[in-house]
Amino acid sequence: MPQKKSWAYFNDHLVRYLFISSAVLVSLVILTIIWFVGQQGLATFKEASPLEFFTSTVWSPDTGKFGALTFIAGSLGTTLIAILLGAPLGLAGAVFMAKVAPASLRAILRPVTELFAGIPSVVYGYVGIIVIVDLIRKLTGSPTGFGMLAAGLVLAIMILPTIISISEDTLRALPEMYEEASLALGATRWQTIWRVLIPAATPGILTAVILAMARAIGETMAVQMVIGNSPLFPTSLTNPTSTLTSNIVMEMGNTPFGSTWNNALFMMSLVLLLISLILIILVRTAARKGNA
Amino acid sequence: MQAKQINTLATILLWFSAAAIVAILVWFLTFILGRGLPYLNKDFFTGPNGVGGQLFNSFYILLLSLIFSLPIGVGAGIYLAEYAPDNKLTDIIRLSTESLATVPSIVLGLFGMIVFVNVLGLGFTILGGAATLALLNLPILVRVTEESLRGVPSSYREASLALGATMWQTLRKVVLPTALPGLITGTTLVAGRALGETAILIFTAGMNVSRYLFDVHLTAPGETLAVHLFALKSNPLPGTNADQIADGTAALLILMVLVFNLLLALPSRYLQHRLIGKKD
Repeated sequence: MPQKKSWAYFNDHLVRYLFISSAVLVSLVILTIIWFVGQQGLATFKEASPLEFFTSTVWSPDTGKFGALTFIAGSLGTTLIAILLGAPLGLAGAVFMAKVAPASLRAILRPVTELFAGIPSVVYGYVGIIVIVDLIRKLTGSPTGFGMLAAGLVLAIMILPTIISISEDTLRALPEMYEEASLALGATRWQTIWRVLIPAATPGILTAVILAMARAIGETMAVQMVIGNSPLFPTSLTNPTSTLTSNIVMEMGNTPFGSTWNNALFMMSLVLLLISLILIILVRTAARKGNA
Repeated sequence: MQAKQINTLATILLWFSAAAIVAILVWFLTFILGRGLPYLNKDFFTGPNGVGGQLFNSFYILLLSLIFSLPIGVGAGIYLAEYAPDNKLTDIIRLSTESLATVPSIVLGLFGMIVFVNVLGLGFTILGGAATLALLNLPILVRVTEESLRGVPSSYREASLALGATMWQTLRKVVLPTALPGLITGTTLVAGRALGETAILIFTAGMNVSRYLFDVHLTAPGETLAVHLFALKSNPLPGTNADQIADGTAALLILMVLVFNLLLALPSRYLQHRLIGKKD
């Protein structure tokens, strides 16, 4: 059948191509970012050795020493603390909202968790400086109170909405017969939650935790404000140290574009970028396991 | 018997966790508002060291970033929801959108800095900040659009197509109006997030504000409220009232977040009632 060449059909095709090109454009953004940041970051290794960058803790750009292990350890350490503190609380909140809370209470809790996500990260950092750092100083007797513990605590609160919303959605999406079968066999509600629902929701909960990790490791402002910003390897949880993100913020403004020092900061952001890409691939694997 | 006791204990613990989560939020809000609200007067906005310029920049940059990102983000979302065949290309588009959503904002900021500050040589500008901020909005807009469109029952489309409408006519007259409340809510959430963003803007819009209040020039420096709070807390100038301004700024940011979350959620509920006549 020959196609009608009316305006309606012409528009239909035109719009279709507009939508396709938007989608392709969005996809090109990430490639462009990898290209630009990657090029700038890898230029570091014209002057510094990759081995030094990833294994040395000596960060002294003035004397040509570019060991970034301190920052990598700081980022991983704060993220780990945040997950250890935030994930159990968030998961408990999600289980409560999905299976325990009366409907009226749930209607309040959902917006509450969304508000957590809406609070700007600088405001978290601001509260961190004023309250949490002070509290740590008083409780542990550490001279400054800045460090991985303060950053981990702030991040633990910041990742709550990610953990809660994804875990809750997963728990609610489980087929009702799982729960009914377990309860019919005489299991208590907790036995049902612990032995049936949480195992069944594991892929979704894993996704929540991985996305929370991505959020925590990339968080910049809140961490920079409470980590202490000293390029020293973290020897305790309450010593001032640095993370990849905090160090980029501290030093990016003071280094000329194109210098090895500046490039090393771009290399750090490339490390962050690669970590977040790896985490996304992990999320996809977890989701695929969930479907199988 | 023991199982029942554990059940009771676990239930108490779950209630306690939920209470703790709510308590943290309530404490957060009252603490910040309690400290900062007393400073919010006319002088706070227009006096010396006032934040009127930063407040203006926050909304100006937000508006520009939405202008840049909405058409492309919504377009890509429509493609994924309505057109995309189940093939390799669609898979790549999805993967790259998800990846873009997890890129740490500081990395987006550095990318924007390379492009706008160094390659294009503009320096720290409102334009550079807004365009980079648009990259943060994009993947969320794509997801929100796709989800709202998928919520529209396929019988709507089938009915329209069966009456002889084209794909685009169906989208424009049936699918998009039905999905509009979801789109508005989603855009509100995106806007709320962009309003508080800092890491992206430090190295693109900069930490200075124009000498003129309400400077709409795209090449003016564009420090926003959130960036200002960061600057006040990380490099406080001795002998100034930086701490009071910081307290006030934090309270103002929280107020803005509350307004975005509470007030703007209402019209979309209202629209939902009017357009499809049922609750979500």
